[in-house]
Amino acid sequence: MIKVKNLYKSFGSLTVLKGVDLSVDEREVVVLLGASGSGKSTLLRCLNFLEVYDQGEIWVDGRHIEPHKTDLNRFRAEVGMVFQHFNLFPHKTALENVMEAPVYVKKMNPAEARSMAHDLLQKVGMADKADVYPDMLSGGQKQRVAIARALAMAPKIMLFDEPTSALDPELVGEVLQVMKQLAKEGMTMIVVTHEMGFAREVADRVVFMDNGQVLEQGQPAHFFENPQHDRTKQFLKSIFK
Amino acid sequence: MIIDILLQNYPLFFKAAWLTLRLTAVALLLGCGFGLIFAFFRVSHLKALNYLAHAYITVIRGTPLIVQIAILYFGISNIVTLSNFWAGALALAVHNGAYIAEIFRGAIQSIDRGQMEASRSLGMSYALAMRRIILPQAFRRAIPPLGNQFIIGLKDSSLVAYVGMMDLWGTGLSVAASNYRQLETYIVVGLFYLAMIMLFTYFVHRLENRLHTGKKRKKHKESTALPLSE
Repeated sequence: MIKVKNLYKSFGSLTVLKGVDLSVDEREVVVLLGASGSGKSTLLRCLNFLEVYDQGEIWVDGRHIEPHKTDLNRFRAEVGMVFQHFNLFPHKTALENVMEAPVYVKKMNPAEARSMAHDLLQKVGMADKADVYPDMLSGGQKQRVAIARALAMAPKIMLFDEPTSALDPELVGEVLQVMKQLAKEGMTMIVVTHEMGFAREVADRVVFMDNGQVLEQGQPAHFFENPQHDRTKQFLKSIFK
Repeated sequence: MIIDILLQNYPLFFKAAWLTLRLTAVALLLGCGFGLIFAFFRVSHLKALNYLAHAYITVIRGTPLIVQIAILYFGISNIVTLSNFWAGALALAVHNGAYIAEIFRGAIQSIDRGQMEASRSLGMSYALAMRRIILPQAFRRAIPPLGNQFIIGLKDSSLVAYVGMMDLWGTGLSVAASNYRQLETYIVVGLFYLAMIMLFTYFVHRLENRLHTGKKRKKHKESTALPLSE
């Protein structure tokens, strides 16, 4: 489904991605782990071209996605993204947040979009807050609305960029629950997270990034019990200290 | 007395106030248009547009309004025939446009970049994201400084008196020149400006409040933090 070949990305003199290779199958849930600065968020942002890579190739669904040749707006519509800081539209209600892109990007009939948005809010357990503005929601509720908003475009792939890192600890569970549900339904997901419980339980594969490269990957059970590289062991030890 | 100056001249003053109001309204409306265009130029990725907007703003902010009015008034009348009204309005619009451009630019840039990223990640084009997501938030944020600029614009419109317009200030000058009661006449003029600005301020506050309640903001609890002055 997704193939990343030898991806490089620099910001000024700082090289963040140094030849990343990664492939993700359809319906697969991949968790990206790594210390901060290892390049996992940048990789995620390159996958939907919020950052444009310097070198390498990205293939999605057998299509070579090229920054100046592919219609990136259309491509992004097929890839949902959930951000650490939610980035809900504060001047729109929860429902309007979900309806916005279907109506203005897909030109969906507003009545149809409204009922679909309602269904999606229902799915993430936010139906009762449909007419509430983001300001009035807790972090966990905001993130669930943000997930519904991304799902509204019926994406083939969902990218999660530390979706629970900005949440109070007691609100993490409700967001992970929604993500677990999505995984169960067969969504292709790439998740940057520090929630090891989620990685263990939900991920099909864990990918460990270090210093701009994929250092090690494997099934969660294997990865957590039997890390191969010293750097990985060190990282896991610091997480589970 | 101030009252009898008002009584003797009120048709003149009201006519003048009406002219000041029309002039300011047209100038500020046009100024918002210029401001928006040049604000876009400033945040654009095209270097040429950046420079153009930067030059416009530098020149306008770096020269006195009265000089700009004179240059435009006498300059334009050499090329095309414009009525006094339109020459004055255009000069004020070009002037206010530069300040309004900076207000809009600041408001646009103050919107968290996550808003643009979220919009783009949903498949929106840059233009659509600007129109639907960034600008509505930026406009809201621009209202207080914009209201301030409108007040300044209304007061500055008095300078068109020096190219012969009979606005409030122009009328004040001419009335005072004929009745020799400068102090009282100018106080009357001042009161007219004051009344107009107080009325305008009232409406801006109402607009701000409406936008606030429209958003159903959380009411902030009364702060129990130590005042910083202590």
